[in-house]
Amino acid sequence: MLLSPALAISAVLFTLGVAGVLLRRNAIVIFMCVELMLNAVNLTFVALAQSLGLGGQVFVFFVMAVAAAEAAVGLAIILAVYRHKQSVSLQNMNLLKDG
Amino acid sequence: MTGTTVDLIWLAPALPLLGFVLNGTLALARPTAKTLVSIIGAGVLLAAFGVAIAVFSAFTGLHAEAPVVFRYWSWIPVGTLQVDFALQVDQLSLVMLLVVTGVGSLIHLFSIGYMKDDPGYARYFAYLNLFVFFMLVLVLGASFPVMFVGWEGVGLCSYLLIGFWFSEEANANAGRKAFIMNRIGDFGFMVAMFMIFWSTGSLDFDTVFAHAPTALTAGGTAITAITLFLFLGCTGKSAQIPLYTWLPDAMAGPTPVSALIHAATMVTAGVYLVARCNLLFALAPVSSAVVAGVGALTALFAATIALKQWDIKKVLAYSTISQLGYMFLAVGTGAMTAGMFHLVTHAFFKALLFLGSGSVIFALHRAYHHTHSHEDAQDMRNMGGLARYMPWTAALMWIATLAIAGIPPFSGFLSKDEILTAAFARGSVEPIWLVFWGLSLVAALLTAFYMTRLMIYTFHGPNRTGEQEQTHLHEAPWILTGPLVVLGVLSAAGGLLNVPELYHGGEWLHHWLEPVTHPGAALRPEPPLVSGTEWMLVGVAVAVAVIGIVGAWQLLKPERLVPARTASAERGFARILRNKWYVDEIYDALIVRPLVWLSREVLWKQIDQRVIDGAAVNGAARGTRALGWANRWLQTGQVGTYVAVFVVGVLLVLWRAMS
Repeated sequence: MLLSPALAISAVLFTLGVAGVLLRRNAIVIFMCVELMLNAVNLTFVALAQSLGLGGQVFVFFVMAVAAAEAAVGLAIILAVYRHKQSVSLQNMNLLKDG
Repeated sequence: MTGTTVDLIWLAPALPLLGFVLNGTLALARPTAKTLVSIIGAGVLLAAFGVAIAVFSAFTGLHAEAPVVFRYWSWIPVGTLQVDFALQVDQLSLVMLLVVTGVGSLIHLFSIGYMKDDPGYARYFAYLNLFVFFMLVLVLGASFPVMFVGWEGVGLCSYLLIGFWFSEEANANAGRKAFIMNRIGDFGFMVAMFMIFWSTGSLDFDTVFAHAPTALTAGGTAITAITLFLFLGCTGKSAQIPLYTWLPDAMAGPTPVSALIHAATMVTAGVYLVARCNLLFALAPVSSAVVAGVGALTALFAATIALKQWDIKKVLAYSTISQLGYMFLAVGTGAMTAGMFHLVTHAFFKALLFLGSGSVIFALHRAYHHTHSHEDAQDMRNMGGLARYMPWTAALMWIATLAIAGIPPFSGFLSKDEILTAAFARGSVEPIWLVFWGLSLVAALLTAFYMTRLMIYTFHGPNRTGEQEQTHLHEAPWILTGPLVVLGVLSAAGGLLNVPELYHGGEWLHHWLEPVTHPGAALRPEPPLVSGTEWMLVGVAVAVAVIGIVGAWQLLKPERLVPARTASAERGFARILRNKWYVDEIYDALIVRPLVWLSREVLWKQIDQRVIDGAAVNGAARGTRALGWANRWLQTGQVGTYVAVFVVGVLLVLWRAMS
């Protein structure tokens, strides 16, 4: 009965995440937006698990575990970049483009 | 397998091959082991000659009418083309086998003395053994491809031995010239082979000759083309017009090589080929006329050039071309026996002449070496009166001269007379042969003249070698004169092989070769002559020879000659003959220069440098670079851009999946 609002919220959250990844420059904010997208998907899983069985809920735990690992590695990378560049803005991270 | 000594035929080519391997190894490992090299080099040849005699006598006992073919292994099995590596023993190949190994043995013995101070002694014998191996493959091969292997192999050895003293650029160039001229001929041989396979479905001699009369229309385009292409191969290998110019240059090689390869054996391969394919040539009367005509023309043309050469070996080279012309006149006329007979006697007397000239050059070279002079040891103007110093060589070379001039009863008289008679007899059916007969008769006159000139200038009159050098002129050692004596006996008595019925002879060679020559002769019988005409022809031939010799003796004044370094150039017609009718220059202007120009200006500077280097190679690089330059704006390096493109891509995929 709460399926439609739940799906609507997760769609809004996911879109916010995508927009954030596209528009923001700060690596930490982008990272948070990626988490937002993951959690939007988690919400969809949980909402649909009510009618389709427990598989979705189990999958949420997997996603959370992966997100935790990603957070650890991602933050470490951002930290390393900051030490090197004194900035976390993605605009400054364009070494692959020559000149 | 016949169960007789004939089965041992494989030993004949195998022995020289073994000699090549051993001498080749010695040439690389121990080039100073000259005694061992001599024993191996000459030993394998003498052993091969022994094998040849044994096979010959065993074959005589078989009374075989058909060739005995030994198939050793399947060589080219491709669909319907089945070529075995097979050797064939028959009357014709046995004649060639005996000549090659017999004369070859004598020349190997001569080489031991002639080359003894040469640093490349082992290499020389390795090449010489290899040559004999390939020559035996050529004459014993039972199919066109096997023969072709020998044909190419002797060409290779010829190249290696002409350029034996390759540190002189002229010698290396002479080798290349021989090789390239022969390529033109080999192209003809190959095209002929393709056409033979196309029309008869086989390349084995026995199958081809069995199928040819039914598969090919007599006088048709196909058979005419096949035989003309075969003859193109012959003009290359056997130095006939238009491809003869390599042979005089081939004299750059050591003199025994000139005797073995460029007089006695290799250059006669073309005559052997026509005799072997006598059936095919009998089916193509036009080709036969071409063969005879080119032969007669070459005989005369080369003889005119020989009149004015000063290099003793050049005279003999042109003489060889001229005599080969006689052989082609014979086989073109259909007188295969006469051609083969002249081939054999020519091998004897021309080998003798070359080895004799080698003995003369050896003596002059030694004399000049003593006085540290750099005069030309081959120029006849530096010789004269040598009969006093080297009587054996002089006497033996006189025998060969009388033989080649056609003085009875020497061998050349009988063989050359048989050719002239055959040509005259053919003239009663096809009148064009009377022209050929006339040409070759004039050539016979010139032959007698230039050979007498060579003898007078070399051995008679005053000596022009030089005051100091005269004391060092001696007869050559026995290892040189020994083979000369044997060849002298053969040159004098070689005619006994085929004494015609006119002199109540048995015509042994004629009967011996009959099983081979019969198919052709049956299609194109030799017109008969009454014995009165034959006696008249003999009289004319002998008269011409005598006029040539006596004329030379009367006209030439060796007393007026001066040594080469002080001699002035010829004038007028003599100058044209001295410069060989400027044929080399004409070929140079018509073929070599345009070809070089085309290669340099068009193929190199335009096609290679502009099209291949410029457009293709550098163009590809430039194109890649431009493409990269055009696409580089896609790569911003900004993560945001990549993510945006990624999202757009995902949306597109989703949109496609939904709709």
